[in-house]
Amino acid sequence: MPGNFDVKYVAHLARIALTPAEEEQFGAQLSNILGYIEKLNQIDVSQIEPTAHAVPLVNVFRADEVRPSLSNEEALANAPAKANGLFIVPKIVE
Amino acid sequence: MLNELTIWELAGKLERREVSALEIMRACLDRIERVEGSIHSFISYDAADALEQAAAADRHLVGGTTRRQKPLLGIPIAIKDVLAVRGQPLNCGSKILGQFISPYDATVIEKLREAGAIVFGRLNMDEFAMGSSTENSSFGPTRNPWDTSRIPGGSSGGSAAAVAADECIAALGSDTGGSIRQPAALCGCVGLKPTYGRVSRYGLVAFASSLDQIGPLAKDARDAALVLGAISGHDARDSTSVEGTASDYTAALDGRIKGLKLGLAKEYMIGGLDGEVGAAVQAAVSQYEKLGAEIVEISLPRTEFAVATYYIIATAEASANLARFDGIRYGRRVEGSDPIDLYCKTRGAGFGAEVKRRIILGAYVLSSGYYDAYYLRAQKVRTLIRRDFLNAFDKVDAIITPTSPTAAFKIGEKADDPLQMYLSDIFTISCNLAGICGLSLPCGFTASPKLPIGLQLLGKPFGEETLLRLAHAYEQITPWHNEKPPLER
Repeated sequence: MPGNFDVKYVAHLARIALTPAEEEQFGAQLSNILGYIEKLNQIDVSQIEPTAHAVPLVNVFRADEVRPSLSNEEALANAPAKANGLFIVPKIVE
Repeated sequence: MLNELTIWELAGKLERREVSALEIMRACLDRIERVEGSIHSFISYDAADALEQAAAADRHLVGGTTRRQKPLLGIPIAIKDVLAVRGQPLNCGSKILGQFISPYDATVIEKLREAGAIVFGRLNMDEFAMGSSTENSSFGPTRNPWDTSRIPGGSSGGSAAAVAADECIAALGSDTGGSIRQPAALCGCVGLKPTYGRVSRYGLVAFASSLDQIGPLAKDARDAALVLGAISGHDARDSTSVEGTASDYTAALDGRIKGLKLGLAKEYMIGGLDGEVGAAVQAAVSQYEKLGAEIVEISLPRTEFAVATYYIIATAEASANLARFDGIRYGRRVEGSDPIDLYCKTRGAGFGAEVKRRIILGAYVLSSGYYDAYYLRAQKVRTLIRRDFLNAFDKVDAIITPTSPTAAFKIGEKADDPLQMYLSDIFTISCNLAGICGLSLPCGFTASPKLPIGLQLLGKPFGEETLLRLAHAYEQITPWHNEKPPLER
């Protein structure tokens, strides 16, 4: 895997535009890191359950009730573009 | 100077009306004015707001509010730039949040306010807490108060430097793989990462949600206990915070450690361990024996796999958590021809190199065809790492290790080699994977240059009292925590 790590493709999956210089630098660095991570293949994990959280979690429920929250104005206060109480986004459907 | 004192010393003086909260806050602000040019612990601070809070604290004191009612009344506590403080900027050391102002207080901030603290400042950090040196801040690096050509550690480097340089009385940081303990070690203060679930993460900008915890950086163990007591406890707004009421952690500080068993892991005697660091830790082990602790050799056999496991799990969680920074609802936006073009350009311009590397790595280990080979395998190894610790804790009350394999390194020394930087986290990251608690405290200095060395104590899940008891007992017979960096006073 480390040899053919396609940084351009994965960066696009992650929605990050890279410069050609970044592609080259990150490609080499990430190949190096992935090479190191291969270490985990030395361990037999066939009988082991995965851990998602160190503290075992159970569903935490609460009543579905309206409670105080941010006002429309507060929620929009940090928006890069807004109008009429809404976020402005680029056109999605032609 | 008042800013050099501990919380418990100041609380006594405030209660006896020997000093006012305003005088304490002014002493911190004066100190900041004098040393920030060489340290740069803070991204920004709001002096007028801090002085207003101090005046309010003084009114409470005049009105008869006691230390018992508000244990942190009138104490200036500075905040890492990853925690939401209503009406104040929040940047996570990144450009991507632009002019973001927090619309609400994090739970820990609410709790500090309830305890009477003066909550101030935005402390510098590696961007989104990704780093071990604070060099990854887009606001420029913080410098180590003991030697300003060196890094303070990271990612809570601003928090550790501010406490060490007496710019505040205590600080909050966050720790995902050592980000409280390692800078505390490198700057010579006490840093505590609580057990996962002990402190609510509501209002903490998430890096890796299954590993992140908020904790104190302080001048000694008693202060760390006081701040932990104020911020811990269940919170309905964080479903991973655990039930149970907050306890008075200072009750454990009676100096009695006779009979406690301390584990030394043979796997932690690694080749890269600096000789002076190893000697200081060995001396601390001997001092604990003199205090009546029993030293037991233990084994943590999966130690060598912790860094690889961590950099899969942490980056995978980060790639999901940081998807929210897309230029739509807050922060900077770079316009694009369509939404995806906008996301790519916004994130390409807004994130720094380390954050991009980690998001890309995280997206890769979660991507179709690689999920089982990387992410699922890492989660299984995590099970084994946690099991190693729980097995060890059947035999011992705490584990004793160096916090960092070396003292503070030079700015720029490891900046071009991310893997080398990651490997320096070897002693701290297992703690987050296992979900246990860990504390770093000063245990000596290198000879030349004189740089702090940190001792790490790892404890059982919810075993913070034992760690604080051990740290406090050690402080009673050693001078390290009282030493001050050679800054202009």
